[in-house]
Amino acid sequence: MIYLGIDTSNSPSAIALMSDDTVLIEEITNLKINHSLTAMPAIEEMMKKAKIAPKDLTHIAVAEGPGSYTGVRIGLTIAKTLAWSLKLPLHMVSSLKVLAANGQYFDGLICPVMDARRGTAFTALYDGETLEPVIEDQHSHFKEFLIKAEALGKPVLFTGIDVSIHEETIREVLGSRAFFTAPQNRLPRAVNLIMLAKEVPAADIHHAVPEYQRITEAEANYIKSQEGQNS
Amino acid sequence: MSKDIYVLGIETSCDETAASIVKNGREIISNVVASQIDSHKRFGGVVPEIASRHHVEQITLVIEEALQRAQMEPQELDAVAVTEGPGLVGALLIGVNAAKAFAFANSLPLVGVHHIAGHIYANRLEQEMEFPLLALVISGGHTELVYMKEHGSFEVIGETRDDAAGEAYDKVARTLNLPYPGGPHIDRLAHASDGAIDFPRVWLEEGSYDFSFSGLKSAVLNYMHNAKQRGEVVLPEHVAAGFQNSVVEVVTAKALRAAKEYKVRQVIAAGGVAANKGLRTSLSGAFEQQGIPFFIPPLSLCTDNAAMIAAAGTVMFEKGLTGNMAMNGRPGMVLSSWG
Repeated sequence: MIYLGIDTSNSPSAIALMSDDTVLIEEITNLKINHSLTAMPAIEEMMKKAKIAPKDLTHIAVAEGPGSYTGVRIGLTIAKTLAWSLKLPLHMVSSLKVLAANGQYFDGLICPVMDARRGTAFTALYDGETLEPVIEDQHSHFKEFLIKAEALGKPVLFTGIDVSIHEETIREVLGSRAFFTAPQNRLPRAVNLIMLAKEVPAADIHHAVPEYQRITEAEANYIKSQEGQNS
Repeated sequence: MSKDIYVLGIETSCDETAASIVKNGREIISNVVASQIDSHKRFGGVVPEIASRHHVEQITLVIEEALQRAQMEPQELDAVAVTEGPGLVGALLIGVNAAKAFAFANSLPLVGVHHIAGHIYANRLEQEMEFPLLALVISGGHTELVYMKEHGSFEVIGETRDDAAGEAYDKVARTLNLPYPGGPHIDRLAHASDGAIDFPRVWLEEGSYDFSFSGLKSAVLNYMHNAKQRGEVVLPEHVAAGFQNSVVEVVTAKALRAAKEYKVRQVIAAGGVAANKGLRTSLSGAFEQQGIPFFIPPLSLCTDNAAMIAAAGTVMFEKGLTGNMAMNGRPGMVLSSWG
């Protein structure tokens, strides 16, 4: 089995090829590059190096979001088009879960963080041992989310490159129960994405869409205006 | 005899997700368009983020349907052509990345097409182009006069300095409380009207082929505002007819003058506003009187579609103008000649 994994859901990009449980090649970049420009060349280059032709692939794994709307869409568009063109199963994994895997086997909870501005974040809580969700992926006011996490009374390991933005607030709410992955272990890993993808059933490729975890501003305003009219 | 060339076209520059297969750049084998208009209507215009979301939902379905309707396998294609720009950046990215992934998976050459070149080449799906040629491209995003001395040679001799014609139509329609998209509603009202308000014609400096529609739009808004202040009843059909008369007169006159000055053998119109009945009638009449052959493609090929992208992409492919996996969506892409 040859797996191609793609995560472009935030400014870092992570792409990997695995043969069963063996890592063949992985590329992680954190260069604030344009995924639309670089993701396909990276895939092409990597497959050339590994001497793997498109028809040799057996599975496509993709990080489905949340994250940057555009970033998630680029990864998902590439993944679903490849999977559909090559008639391969497509496996979708939460981008937050991919980050949480950076801290697997932590004795407590893992909190992946993607900053979403104005004090909000895309975040979740995963069990450190099993990586099962304890609090589902969501877009929340981050401090309020931290208060909920604190109430669970367990140590929490924070990961993701945006952790540094919120470190002060995290320490303020969780005190000595707050832990952080080392700075070099905060990027998404496509090999972790592939290992997680093996556990999820194949998606309906045509109807595969990102998990944005947030409606658009235009829709939010529209809903508000409709409610205004009804009251 | 040379081998037939089949090109898959993909277009996602605005609010239509489209795929099409065209044979030899002239013959439509299949043409699929998934329109998002119903989704954007409630917002009174295209919301870019929502457009991008819909493109992801539709993209593989639309490509698959284009192949199925053509009863073709990807292996039978010669190239994939995609709209590279201009357009909404987030929307373009979906088509470009899907095209790259599809081309990579099937080892096919990739061609990046300028959206306006596509609109112009839509005409070639109806009858062969005769050069030198003048193209009037008129849509929600563009108002341009393009001179072509041969295939792939584009010289923009006039363009709008502010709003595109279609944009002005939509804005005027909004002030008349007409639903989005407003163009067809104004056209219909104008057609049925028994009178017209006299709005200014914007000619710009003498000899210019450029357009300006924002002044006209303001004149319409001022008229509405003043009438309301004075408590007068505004007849929407008179406003629609007055606005449309001004647009049609200026566009027709400039296109006609350009066609004569450049001594073209053919004039073609393209873009969504080319579907406008008032404009079609005026242009056809003017060119017929001058004995200059004039063509407008059917409505389905005036609005955004992928057959036009495949048609233009075929000529580019034949000229060897292929791209690579580093192709990106280019929202501000400039129309430049091929080769």
